[in-house]
Amino acid sequence: MSEMLVLGDEALALGAIDAGLAVAYGYPGTPSTEILEYIQRYTNKNESEIIARWCTNEKTAYEGSVGVSYAGKRSLVTMKHVGLNVAADAFMNSALIEINGGLVLAVADDPGMHSSQNEQDSRYFADFARIMCFEPRNHQEAYDMTIEAFHISELFHIPVMLKLVTRLSHSRSIITRNKTLPVTDLGTATDKLKWMSLPALSRGNWKNLLNQQEEFEQYSVNSSFNKLSLNKDFKNFGVITTGLGSNYYLENLEDLPIKPSHLHIGVYPVPAELIKKLAQNVDSLIVVEEGYPFVEKMLNGIIKDTLPVHGKMNGALPAFGELNPDNVRVAIGLEERKNQGSDSTSLPGRPPQLCAGCPHTDSFRALNVALENYDTHIVTGDIGCYALGALPPHSALDALLCMGASIGMARGASEAGRKNVVASIGDSTFLHSGVTALIDAASTNTNMTLIIMDNSTTAMTGMQDTIMTSPMIKNIVLACGVDPDHLRELKVLPKNHDENTKTIKEEIDYEGLSVIITLRECIHVVGKIRGEIK
Amino acid sequence: MADKYDIILSGVGGQGVLSVAAVISIAAMKDGYTLRQSEVHGMAQRGGAVLAHMRVSKTTIASDLIPKGSAEVVLSMEPMEALRYVDFLKPGGKLISAAAPYENIPNYPDLDMIHEKINSLKSSRIIDAKAIAKESGTMKAVNMVMVGALSAELDIRKESIIAAIKEKFALKGEKIIEANLKAFELGRISNSNKAEGAEK
Repeated sequence: MSEMLVLGDEALALGAIDAGLAVAYGYPGTPSTEILEYIQRYTNKNESEIIARWCTNEKTAYEGSVGVSYAGKRSLVTMKHVGLNVAADAFMNSALIEINGGLVLAVADDPGMHSSQNEQDSRYFADFARIMCFEPRNHQEAYDMTIEAFHISELFHIPVMLKLVTRLSHSRSIITRNKTLPVTDLGTATDKLKWMSLPALSRGNWKNLLNQQEEFEQYSVNSSFNKLSLNKDFKNFGVITTGLGSNYYLENLEDLPIKPSHLHIGVYPVPAELIKKLAQNVDSLIVVEEGYPFVEKMLNGIIKDTLPVHGKMNGALPAFGELNPDNVRVAIGLEERKNQGSDSTSLPGRPPQLCAGCPHTDSFRALNVALENYDTHIVTGDIGCYALGALPPHSALDALLCMGASIGMARGASEAGRKNVVASIGDSTFLHSGVTALIDAASTNTNMTLIIMDNSTTAMTGMQDTIMTSPMIKNIVLACGVDPDHLRELKVLPKNHDENTKTIKEEIDYEGLSVIITLRECIHVVGKIRGEIK
Repeated sequence: MADKYDIILSGVGGQGVLSVAAVISIAAMKDGYTLRQSEVHGMAQRGGAVLAHMRVSKTTIASDLIPKGSAEVVLSMEPMEALRYVDFLKPGGKLISAAAPYENIPNYPDLDMIHEKINSLKSSRIIDAKAIAKESGTMKAVNMVMVGALSAELDIRKESIIAAIKEKFALKGEKIIEANLKAFELGRISNSNKAEGAEK
């Protein structure tokens, strides 16, 4: 037993390490990145045999972890919530195979969209796949639940989801650790019929999974992470909390004159039996959930409209953004706390921006000047630091959807008859999910220009190495079928501005597919290398 | 000894807000406090407004976020960012801000007006952290000046903070440690009640 001060992400990482983890895979994405980074630091420092690697994208990471499970060892796969969309094919189907070595999916949601383009709630994905999900509300639970999740994965032979949110991922607190279990080897899976997604086999495997649901719910009802406390002397209202909603409720609890009955749900499927017990004891329910109103929506099926329910669906709590101690306080009927007031609304905002000296600023400057030659043009953007090119002073982007979409969207806009269409994407995101769209564009020699802003790192999430080095990216572009005469490389330095602008214009003018790779290392990578040499 | 402190730490990405939080965390742990400290990573760090919630307590802490009207101190590396979070202060809570602005936006308000607003609060102090850091030997120690200023408001033992600073900068060499310790000392003095411009 030892105490450690760690991030929520790191508590989860330590849980996996102490559970006898063999292999961890992932793709960086705020707020999940620090999980795999911690395991990498841990293995380096302790000369551990654990393998922890970044992958090309979340799908390849997930598939890798399924392979580890097949081989009989414990595996962790990490990603942010929108990353699970990318891995969804592998994830959904992995629920139907007979998981062998424990497989835990750590996915970090971002309510409030601190660093994301939506606030989708991953509990729906766990429910969609009909698997179990653990939702820690503090660091110790993140640690303990991870260890339990590996156990459950092997017990029920299913992948298990561990769902974090930004405020836990990026909060520090103290955990108590158990001892580290050695890596166990269960041996390679032997029953082929349980390991192949073929319709004839999947029908049987799906039935088995459906039959298991009752067992999952029984586990949920009995789990110490799902806790019902009844106060038979207070009927007015009862409270259901999930995730961090519980913390904000408890923060305000001492100001309530009497403690209401309370059910906290930390493990899914939803423990319907406990909800019914709570409902029988109260006249109304307040549901405090971080994320979507997931449990709240299910209540109608469980308690059949017998009680008034207050939550995100009737406006008692905001459906948008994060919960906090203040909005939960009002929802449970308490007065707002007195404070010194603030005129913060009169202050200008301070949005994030590209760093001083960032190579992307030179790319956007050259692009913007080149575009001045045309009456109409479209620039699609992508996910990464260069998405900040959408903001002043550059205001260079017209549309931005998801990882890799800049290329497919540009192709579509061009084929819809628009001229001077440019896609902009970073090196890591290009490899993540841009390559396939480039193959599409090359197959029809679509009239568009792709700018790959290659800064030799995954910068936004904290300088993880790109899966492939710059010279290899050029080879990939050519192998996709791009005409070598229209693959241009630019060194993006302020002194090359005029020359770069001219090259970009030439390629926009070319009637066909062209690719421009703008090269210069991220200023933080340069700093990192210098730091290592020192 | 107080059994609980809620502290809001603010500034701009890159100003070392998280290092301030790290040093206070390590020191608080040494003094037997438990803690929760919520911080911002990722996109928001790129030159944007940064906010950290730091809660230290002798008993269990439920929420990672500090409720509005509950903070003993708002400590800001930057004066405009300080004003953004005044509503977190409890009645009687104190705002401490570094004097120098970080102007990376085109519409930064008039600095005198910002300083005036800070001074108009019941309990506040503006610290010339840049000048003090320079005196300590490195401009990079501005955030340790602010740790010093903050420490004058807390019951966390001075020795614990000194040990935490030594830990935090252990890999950076003796010279850097020394400069940061000096910055801490001078920052602490600048916010002690005996210093000029004491409590209003």
